[in-house]
Amino acid sequence: MAGEVVLLDFWASPFAMRAKLALSEKGIAYECKEQDLLNKGPLLLQANPVHKKIPVLIHNGRSICESLIIVRYIDEVWSHVSPLLPSDPYRRSQALFWADYVEKNIYDLGKRIYVVQEDQAEAKEKLIQCLKTLETELGDKLYFGGDGIGFVDVALLPFSTWFQTYETSGNFSIQESCPKLVAWVERCREKPSVSEALPHPQKIYDFYLLFKEALGVK
Amino acid sequence: MADELVLLDFWHSPFAMRVRIALAEKGIEYESREEDLSNKSSLLLKMNPVYKQIPVLIHRGRPVCESLIIVEYIDEVWPHKSPLRLLPSSPYDKANAMFWADYVDKKIYPSGKLVWGATGEVQEAAKKEMIENLKELEGELGDKPYFGGESFGFTDVALIPFYTWFYALETCGDFSIIEECPKLVAWTKRCMQRESVSKSLPDQYKVYCFLMELKNKFEAK
Repeated sequence: MAGEVVLLDFWASPFAMRAKLALSEKGIAYECKEQDLLNKGPLLLQANPVHKKIPVLIHNGRSICESLIIVRYIDEVWSHVSPLLPSDPYRRSQALFWADYVEKNIYDLGKRIYVVQEDQAEAKEKLIQCLKTLETELGDKLYFGGDGIGFVDVALLPFSTWFQTYETSGNFSIQESCPKLVAWVERCREKPSVSEALPHPQKIYDFYLLFKEALGVK
Repeated sequence: MADELVLLDFWHSPFAMRVRIALAEKGIEYESREEDLSNKSSLLLKMNPVYKQIPVLIHRGRPVCESLIIVEYIDEVWPHKSPLRLLPSSPYDKANAMFWADYVDKKIYPSGKLVWGATGEVQEAAKKEMIENLKELEGELGDKPYFGGESFGFTDVALIPFYTWFYALETCGDFSIIEECPKLVAWTKRCMQRESVSKSLPDQYKVYCFLMELKNKFEAK
Protein backbone atom coordinates (compact mmCIF):
# COMPACT_ATOMS: atom_id res chain seq x y z
CA MET A 1 0.00 0.00 0.00
CA ALA A 2 2.57 2.52 1.09
CA GLY A 3 5.09 2.14 -1.68
CA GLU A 4 7.70 4.77 -2.17
CA VAL A 5 6.64 8.31 -1.28
CA VAL A 6 8.78 11.25 -2.28
CA LEU A 7 7.92 14.92 -1.85
CA LEU A 8 9.60 17.56 -3.99
CA ASP A 9 9.67 20.36 -1.49
CA PHE A 10 10.68 23.87 -0.66
CA TRP A 11 10.68 24.36 3.10
CA ALA A 12 9.18 27.88 3.13
CA SER A 13 6.39 27.17 0.64
CA PRO A 14 2.94 27.14 2.25
CA PHE A 15 1.79 24.90 -0.60
CA ALA A 16 4.45 22.30 0.15
CA MET A 17 3.57 22.55 3.85
CA ARG A 18 0.04 21.41 3.02
CA ALA A 19 1.41 18.15 1.64
CA LYS A 20 3.69 17.71 4.66
CA LEU A 21 0.81 18.34 7.05
CA ALA A 22 -1.33 15.70 5.33
CA LEU A 23 1.51 13.17 5.32
CA SER A 24 2.27 13.93 8.96
CA GLU A 25 -1.38 13.68 10.06
CA LYS A 26 -1.56 10.26 8.45
CA GLY A 27 1.79 9.13 9.83
CA ILE A 28 3.15 8.37 6.37
CA ALA A 29 6.88 7.94 5.93
CA TYR A 30 8.30 9.84 2.99
CA GLU A 31 11.48 11.16 1.52
CA CYS A 32 11.69 14.91 1.33
CA LYS A 33 13.74 16.34 -1.55
CA GLU A 34 14.36 20.04 -1.15
CA GLN A 35 14.38 21.81 -4.52
CA ASP A 36 16.39 24.81 -5.65
CA LEU A 37 13.68 27.03 -7.09
CA LEU A 38 16.11 29.47 -8.67
CA ASN A 39 17.80 26.65 -10.53
CA LYS A 40 15.22 23.96 -11.10
CA GLY A 41 16.62 20.47 -11.48
CA PRO A 42 15.70 17.75 -13.99
CA LEU A 43 13.73 15.78 -11.39
CA LEU A 44 11.32 18.65 -10.79
CA LEU A 45 11.05 19.54 -14.46
CA GLN A 46 10.30 15.95 -15.32
CA ALA A 47 7.85 15.46 -12.46
CA ASN A 48 5.93 18.67 -13.15
CA PRO A 49 6.55 19.62 -16.78
CA VAL A 50 3.36 21.71 -16.98
CA HIS A 51 3.84 24.13 -14.09
CA LYS A 52 7.43 23.34 -13.05
CA LYS A 53 6.47 24.04 -9.43
CA ILE A 54 6.66 22.39 -6.05
CA PRO A 55 5.14 20.62 -4.28
CA VAL A 56 5.09 17.42 -6.28
CA LEU A 57 4.25 14.11 -4.65
CA ILE A 58 5.85 11.14 -6.31
CA HIS A 59 4.15 7.92 -5.26
CA ASN A 60 5.33 4.64 -6.72
CA GLY A 61 7.05 6.61 -9.45
CA ARG A 62 4.00 8.64 -10.53
CA SER A 63 3.73 12.34 -9.88
CA ILE A 64 0.80 14.25 -8.46
CA CYS A 65 0.89 18.05 -8.69
CA GLU A 66 -1.01 21.00 -7.18
CA SER A 67 -1.06 21.07 -3.39
CA LEU A 68 -4.79 20.60 -2.76
CA ILE A 69 -4.96 17.81 -5.32
CA ILE A 70 -1.97 16.19 -3.57
CA VAL A 71 -3.73 16.46 -0.19
CA ARG A 72 -6.86 14.85 -1.66
CA TYR A 73 -4.78 12.08 -3.20
CA ILE A 74 -3.08 11.38 0.13
CA ASP A 75 -6.48 11.39 1.84
CA GLU A 76 -7.83 8.82 -0.60
CA VAL A 77 -4.89 6.46 -0.77
CA TRP A 78 -4.47 6.43 3.02
CA SER A 79 -8.17 6.69 3.72
CA HIS A 80 -8.12 4.38 6.72
CA VAL A 81 -6.30 6.83 8.98
CA SER A 82 -7.18 10.42 10.02
CA PRO A 83 -9.59 11.25 7.17
CA LEU A 84 -9.28 14.88 6.13
CA LEU A 85 -12.38 15.23 3.95
CA PRO A 86 -15.88 14.29 5.19
CA SER A 87 -17.50 11.31 3.49
CA ASP A 88 -20.87 13.04 3.20
CA PRO A 89 -21.01 14.72 -0.26
CA TYR A 90 -22.59 17.94 0.98
CA ARG A 91 -20.17 18.43 3.85
CA ARG A 92 -17.35 17.55 1.50
CA SER A 93 -18.49 20.22 -0.96
CA GLN A 94 -18.40 22.77 1.85
CA ALA A 95 -14.87 21.78 2.87
CA LEU A 96 -13.75 21.98 -0.76
CA PHE A 97 -15.38 25.40 -1.07
CA TRP A 98 -13.52 26.84 1.90
CA ALA A 99 -10.19 25.35 0.89
CA ASP A 100 -10.76 26.88 -2.53
CA TYR A 101 -11.55 30.21 -0.83
CA VAL A 102 -8.17 30.06 0.91
CA GLU A 103 -6.60 29.21 -2.44
CA LYS A 104 -8.20 32.14 -4.23
CA ASN A 105 -7.25 34.76 -1.65
CA ILE A 106 -4.61 34.26 1.01
CA TYR A 107 -1.40 33.75 -0.96
CA ASP A 108 -1.99 36.62 -3.39
CA LEU A 109 -3.06 39.07 -0.68
CA GLY A 110 -0.12 38.06 1.51
CA LYS A 111 2.29 38.60 -1.35
CA ARG A 112 0.85 42.04 -2.06
CA ILE A 113 1.63 42.87 1.56
CA TYR A 114 5.23 41.65 1.81
CA VAL A 115 6.17 42.73 -1.70
CA VAL A 116 5.35 46.27 -0.46
CA GLN A 117 3.71 48.08 -3.39
CA GLU A 118 1.25 50.99 -3.59
CA ASP A 119 -1.74 48.76 -2.97
CA GLN A 120 -0.41 47.35 0.31
CA ALA A 121 -3.07 49.12 2.37
CA GLU A 122 -5.86 47.66 0.27
CA ALA A 123 -4.28 44.20 0.43
CA LYS A 124 -4.05 44.40 4.23
CA GLU A 125 -7.70 45.32 4.51
CA LYS A 126 -8.75 42.52 2.19
CA LEU A 127 -6.58 39.97 3.98
CA ILE A 128 -8.15 40.85 7.32
CA GLN A 129 -11.61 40.60 5.75
CA CYS A 130 -10.79 37.14 4.37
CA LEU A 131 -9.35 35.95 7.67
CA LYS A 132 -12.46 37.25 9.46
CA THR A 133 -14.67 35.39 7.00
CA LEU A 134 -12.69 32.23 7.72
CA GLU A 135 -12.93 32.92 11.44
CA THR A 136 -16.73 33.08 11.08
CA GLU A 137 -16.69 29.78 9.21
CA LEU A 138 -14.61 28.23 12.01
CA GLY A 139 -17.17 29.46 14.55
CA ASP A 140 -16.99 27.60 17.83
CA LYS A 141 -15.43 24.49 16.37
CA LEU A 142 -12.00 23.43 17.57
CA TYR A 143 -10.89 22.94 13.99
CA PHE A 144 -12.42 23.64 10.58
CA GLY A 145 -12.71 19.87 10.32
CA GLY A 146 -14.75 19.72 13.54
CA ASP A 147 -13.15 17.73 16.34
CA GLY A 148 -10.08 16.93 14.34
CA ILE A 149 -7.86 18.49 11.71
CA GLY A 150 -9.52 18.48 8.31
CA PHE A 151 -9.02 19.57 4.74
CA VAL A 152 -9.61 23.28 5.36
CA ASP A 153 -7.24 23.27 8.35
CA VAL A 154 -4.56 21.74 6.12
CA ALA A 155 -5.27 24.28 3.38
CA LEU A 156 -5.01 27.33 5.65
CA LEU A 157 -2.60 26.45 8.45
CA PRO A 158 0.62 26.82 6.41
CA PHE A 159 -0.15 30.48 5.79
CA SER A 160 -0.02 31.06 9.55
CA THR A 161 3.75 30.52 9.31
CA TRP A 162 3.76 33.64 7.13
CA PHE A 163 1.57 35.76 9.46
CA GLN A 164 4.55 37.29 11.25
CA THR A 165 5.99 38.26 7.85
CA TYR A 166 2.73 39.84 6.71
CA GLU A 167 2.33 41.68 10.02
CA THR A 168 5.86 43.00 10.21
CA SER A 169 6.13 44.12 6.58
CA GLY A 170 2.60 45.52 6.67
CA ASN A 171 2.77 46.93 10.19
CA PHE A 172 -0.49 45.48 11.46
CA SER A 173 -1.70 42.79 13.84
CA ILE A 174 -3.66 39.72 12.79
CA GLN A 175 -4.11 38.78 16.46
CA GLU A 176 -6.01 42.03 17.06
CA SER A 177 -8.47 41.54 14.19
CA CYS A 178 -8.81 37.77 14.34
CA PRO A 179 -8.11 36.49 17.84
CA LYS A 180 -10.13 33.30 17.37
CA LEU A 181 -8.21 32.40 14.25
CA VAL A 182 -4.90 32.94 16.01
CA ALA A 183 -6.18 30.75 18.86
CA TRP A 184 -6.97 28.09 16.26
CA VAL A 185 -3.40 28.32 14.93
CA GLU A 186 -2.00 27.84 18.43
CA ARG A 187 -4.34 24.94 19.07
CA CYS A 188 -3.19 23.24 15.88
CA ARG A 189 0.49 23.83 16.63
CA GLU A 190 0.08 21.97 19.94
CA LYS A 191 -0.37 18.80 17.95
CA PRO A 192 2.96 17.05 17.30
CA SER A 193 1.85 16.14 13.76
CA VAL A 194 1.50 19.86 13.01
CA SER A 195 4.54 21.23 14.84
CA GLU A 196 6.70 18.64 13.07
CA ALA A 197 5.41 19.64 9.66
CA LEU A 198 5.45 23.43 9.96
CA PRO A 199 8.45 25.76 10.32
CA HIS A 200 8.44 28.45 12.98
CA PRO A 201 7.14 31.86 11.78
CA GLN A 202 10.44 33.47 12.86
CA LYS A 203 12.33 31.23 10.43
CA ILE A 204 9.97 32.26 7.64
CA TYR A 205 10.52 35.92 8.49
CA ASP A 206 14.31 35.44 8.54
CA PHE A 207 14.02 33.76 5.14
CA TYR A 208 11.94 36.68 3.85
CA LEU A 209 14.59 39.16 4.97
CA LEU A 210 17.38 37.17 3.33
CA PHE A 211 15.61 36.62 0.06
CA LYS A 212 13.71 39.90 -0.36
CA GLU A 213 15.21 40.47 -3.74
CA ALA A 214 14.47 37.04 -5.16
CA LEU A 215 10.92 37.29 -3.83
CA GLY A 216 10.38 40.58 -5.67
CA VAL A 217 10.44 42.97 -2.73
CA LYS A 218 11.77 46.42 -3.53
CA MET B 1 -37.74 15.48 -7.34
CA ALA B 2 -37.32 18.54 -9.58
CA ASP B 3 -38.38 20.95 -6.84
CA GLU B 4 -35.48 19.72 -4.75
CA LEU B 5 -32.93 20.92 -7.28
CA VAL B 6 -32.48 24.48 -8.48
CA LEU B 7 -29.65 25.85 -10.59
CA LEU B 8 -28.94 29.56 -10.43
CA ASP B 9 -27.78 29.93 -13.96
CA PHE B 10 -26.56 32.31 -16.63
CA TRP B 11 -26.85 31.07 -20.15
CA HIS B 12 -23.50 32.44 -21.40
CA SER B 13 -21.36 31.44 -18.44
CA PRO B 14 -18.93 28.60 -19.26
CA PHE B 15 -18.94 27.74 -15.56
CA ALA B 16 -22.72 27.34 -15.50
CA MET B 17 -22.47 25.26 -18.70
CA ARG B 18 -20.30 22.75 -16.82
CA VAL B 19 -23.10 22.17 -14.33
CA ARG B 20 -25.79 21.95 -17.02
CA ILE B 21 -23.73 19.33 -18.85
CA ALA B 22 -23.16 17.27 -15.69
CA LEU B 23 -26.86 17.34 -14.81
CA ALA B 24 -27.80 16.41 -18.38
CA GLU B 25 -25.25 13.56 -18.47
CA LYS B 26 -26.92 12.16 -15.38
CA GLY B 27 -30.42 12.78 -16.72
CA ILE B 28 -31.37 14.71 -13.60
CA GLU B 29 -34.35 17.02 -13.58
CA TYR B 30 -33.92 20.44 -12.11
CA GLU B 31 -35.28 23.93 -12.18
CA SER B 32 -33.08 26.44 -13.93
CA ARG B 33 -33.31 30.07 -12.87
CA GLU B 34 -31.60 32.54 -15.14
CA GLU B 35 -29.95 35.31 -13.15
CA ASP B 36 -29.64 38.91 -14.23
CA LEU B 37 -26.03 39.50 -13.23
CA SER B 38 -26.48 43.27 -13.28
CA ASN B 39 -29.35 42.88 -10.81
CA LYS B 40 -28.66 39.80 -8.71
CA SER B 41 -31.60 38.10 -7.03
CA SER B 42 -31.88 37.99 -3.27
CA LEU B 43 -31.78 34.19 -3.59
CA LEU B 44 -28.37 34.33 -5.27
CA LEU B 45 -27.04 36.75 -2.68
CA LYS B 46 -28.34 34.51 0.09
CA MET B 47 -27.08 31.26 -1.43
CA ASN B 48 -23.65 32.55 -2.43
CA PRO B 49 -22.87 35.39 -0.04
CA VAL B 50 -19.11 34.97 -0.45
CA TYR B 51 -18.83 35.44 -4.22
CA LYS B 52 -22.39 36.39 -5.25
CA GLN B 53 -21.72 34.43 -8.45
CA ILE B 54 -23.40 31.78 -10.53
CA PRO B 55 -23.53 28.86 -10.90
CA VAL B 56 -25.08 27.81 -7.61
CA LEU B 57 -26.74 24.44 -7.24
CA ILE B 58 -29.38 24.42 -4.53
CA HIS B 59 -30.15 20.88 -3.43
CA ARG B 60 -32.87 20.42 -0.82
CA GLY B 61 -32.41 24.07 0.11
CA ARG B 62 -28.64 23.86 0.58
CA PRO B 63 -26.27 25.65 -1.79
CA VAL B 64 -23.20 24.21 -3.49
CA CYS B 65 -20.96 26.80 -5.14
CA GLU B 66 -17.99 26.79 -7.55
CA SER B 67 -18.56 24.92 -10.81
CA LEU B 68 -16.03 22.10 -10.41
CA ILE B 69 -17.12 21.49 -6.83
CA ILE B 70 -20.72 21.35 -8.05
CA VAL B 71 -19.85 18.86 -10.82
CA GLU B 72 -18.08 16.64 -8.32
CA TYR B 73 -21.05 16.89 -5.95
CA ILE B 74 -23.44 15.87 -8.73
CA ASP B 75 -21.20 12.93 -9.62
CA GLU B 76 -21.24 11.71 -6.02
CA VAL B 77 -24.85 12.26 -5.12
CA TRP B 78 -26.18 10.61 -8.27
CA PRO B 79 -23.69 7.85 -9.01
CA HIS B 80 -26.42 5.45 -10.01
CA LYS B 81 -27.94 7.81 -12.52
CA SER B 82 -25.58 7.01 -15.32
CA PRO B 83 -23.48 4.10 -16.52
CA LEU B 84 -20.45 6.30 -16.23
CA ARG B 85 -18.94 8.29 -13.43
CA LEU B 86 -17.48 11.63 -14.43
CA LEU B 87 -14.57 11.25 -12.04
CA PRO B 88 -12.40 8.11 -12.17
CA SER B 89 -12.41 5.95 -9.07
CA SER B 90 -8.65 5.37 -8.86
CA PRO B 91 -6.99 8.09 -6.75
CA TYR B 92 -4.23 8.66 -9.31
CA ASP B 93 -6.58 8.97 -12.29
CA LYS B 94 -8.87 11.20 -10.25
CA ALA B 95 -5.93 13.44 -9.32
CA ASN B 96 -4.98 13.64 -12.99
CA ALA B 97 -8.52 14.58 -14.05
CA MET B 98 -8.60 17.28 -11.38
CA PHE B 99 -5.19 18.57 -12.38
CA TRP B 100 -6.32 19.19 -15.96
CA ALA B 101 -9.66 20.69 -14.92
CA ASP B 102 -7.67 23.03 -12.67
CA TYR B 103 -5.40 23.79 -15.66
CA VAL B 104 -8.45 24.99 -17.60
CA ASP B 105 -9.32 27.37 -14.76
CA LYS B 106 -5.76 28.60 -14.26
CA LYS B 107 -4.82 28.97 -17.92
CA ILE B 108 -7.63 28.84 -20.50
CA TYR B 109 -10.07 31.15 -18.74
CA PRO B 110 -7.61 33.99 -17.91
CA SER B 111 -5.80 34.00 -21.26
CA GLY B 112 -9.03 33.52 -23.20
CA LYS B 113 -10.54 36.56 -21.50
CA LEU B 114 -7.62 38.68 -22.64
CA VAL B 115 -7.77 37.39 -26.21
CA TRP B 116 -11.37 38.54 -26.71
CA GLY B 117 -11.29 41.30 -24.09
CA ALA B 118 -7.98 43.11 -24.54
CA THR B 119 -6.14 44.79 -27.38
CA GLY B 120 -2.59 45.48 -28.52
CA GLU B 121 0.37 43.90 -26.78
CA VAL B 122 -1.68 42.43 -23.94
CA GLN B 123 -3.90 40.67 -26.44
CA GLU B 124 -0.93 39.44 -28.50
CA ALA B 125 0.77 37.97 -25.45
CA ALA B 126 -2.49 36.35 -24.34
CA LYS B 127 -2.99 34.85 -27.79
CA LYS B 128 0.47 33.23 -27.75
CA GLU B 129 -0.19 31.91 -24.26
CA MET B 130 -3.64 30.60 -25.26
CA ILE B 131 -2.28 28.72 -28.26
CA GLU B 132 0.41 27.16 -26.09
CA ASN B 133 -2.19 26.19 -23.52
CA LEU B 134 -4.51 24.64 -26.11
CA LYS B 135 -1.58 22.68 -27.52
CA GLU B 136 -0.67 21.48 -24.05
CA LEU B 137 -4.24 20.25 -23.59
CA GLU B 138 -4.09 18.60 -26.99
CA GLY B 139 -0.95 16.83 -25.83
CA GLU B 140 -2.75 15.54 -22.76
CA LEU B 141 -5.68 14.35 -24.90
CA GLY B 142 -3.31 12.41 -27.15
CA ASP B 143 -5.11 9.74 -29.14
CA LYS B 144 -7.88 9.26 -26.58
CA PRO B 145 -11.44 10.03 -27.69
CA TYR B 146 -11.96 12.05 -24.50
CA PHE B 147 -9.75 13.43 -21.74
CA GLY B 148 -11.49 10.85 -19.58
CA GLY B 149 -10.26 8.09 -21.89
CA GLU B 150 -12.95 6.02 -23.56
CA SER B 151 -15.61 7.86 -21.57
CA PHE B 152 -16.59 11.49 -21.39
CA GLY B 153 -15.38 12.70 -17.99
CA PHE B 154 -14.58 15.47 -15.56
CA THR B 155 -11.88 17.22 -17.60
CA ASP B 156 -14.08 17.09 -20.71
CA VAL B 157 -16.89 18.76 -18.74
CA ALA B 158 -14.46 21.38 -17.43
CA LEU B 159 -13.11 22.31 -20.85
CA ILE B 160 -15.89 21.90 -23.42
CA PRO B 161 -17.83 25.05 -22.41
CA PHE B 162 -14.89 27.10 -23.64
CA TYR B 163 -15.66 25.79 -27.11
CA THR B 164 -18.38 28.45 -27.10
CA TRP B 165 -15.58 31.02 -27.00
CA PHE B 166 -13.85 29.72 -30.14
CA TYR B 167 -15.49 32.07 -32.64
CA ALA B 168 -14.77 35.06 -30.36
CA LEU B 169 -11.17 33.95 -29.80
CA GLU B 170 -10.49 33.40 -33.49
CA THR B 171 -12.18 36.62 -34.60
CA CYS B 172 -10.62 38.85 -31.96
CA GLY B 173 -7.27 37.09 -31.97
CA ASP B 174 -7.12 36.57 -35.72
CA PHE B 175 -6.00 32.98 -35.70
CA SER B 176 -7.43 29.56 -36.49
CA ILE B 177 -7.85 27.05 -33.70
CA ILE B 178 -8.34 24.15 -36.11
CA GLU B 179 -5.01 24.98 -37.75
CA GLU B 180 -3.20 25.17 -34.43
CA CYS B 181 -4.97 22.28 -32.68
CA PRO B 182 -6.78 19.98 -35.11
CA LYS B 183 -7.06 17.11 -32.63
CA LEU B 184 -8.58 19.34 -30.01
CA VAL B 185 -11.14 20.61 -32.51
CA ALA B 186 -11.97 16.99 -33.42
CA TRP B 187 -12.54 16.40 -29.70
CA THR B 188 -14.93 19.36 -29.53
CA LYS B 189 -16.97 17.92 -32.42
CA ARG B 190 -17.07 14.57 -30.68
CA CYS B 191 -18.33 16.21 -27.48
CA MET B 192 -20.94 18.22 -29.37
CA GLN B 193 -22.43 14.97 -30.62
CA ARG B 194 -23.49 14.30 -27.06
CA GLU B 195 -26.93 15.68 -26.36
CA SER B 196 -25.90 16.70 -22.85
CA VAL B 197 -23.34 19.03 -24.42
CA SER B 198 -25.17 20.31 -27.51
CA LYS B 199 -28.25 21.21 -25.46
CA SER B 200 -26.21 22.93 -22.76
CA LEU B 201 -24.07 25.19 -24.91
CA PRO B 202 -25.20 28.40 -26.58
CA ASP B 203 -24.31 29.16 -30.18
CA GLN B 204 -20.76 30.49 -30.67
CA TYR B 205 -21.82 33.54 -32.63
CA LYS B 206 -24.34 34.55 -29.96
CA VAL B 207 -21.63 34.15 -27.33
CA TYR B 208 -19.34 36.33 -29.46
CA CYS B 209 -21.98 39.09 -29.57
CA PHE B 210 -22.49 38.81 -25.83
CA LEU B 211 -18.75 38.97 -25.11
CA MET B 212 -18.34 42.01 -27.39
CA GLU B 213 -21.15 43.73 -25.50
CA LEU B 214 -19.33 42.97 -22.24
CA LYS B 215 -16.08 44.27 -23.72
CA ASN B 216 -17.74 47.52 -24.82
CA LYS B 217 -19.36 48.02 -21.43
CA PHE B 218 -16.01 47.47 -19.75
CA GLU B 219 -14.18 49.84 -22.08
CA ALA B 220 -16.86 52.48 -21.58
CA LYS B 221 -16.13 52.61 -17.83
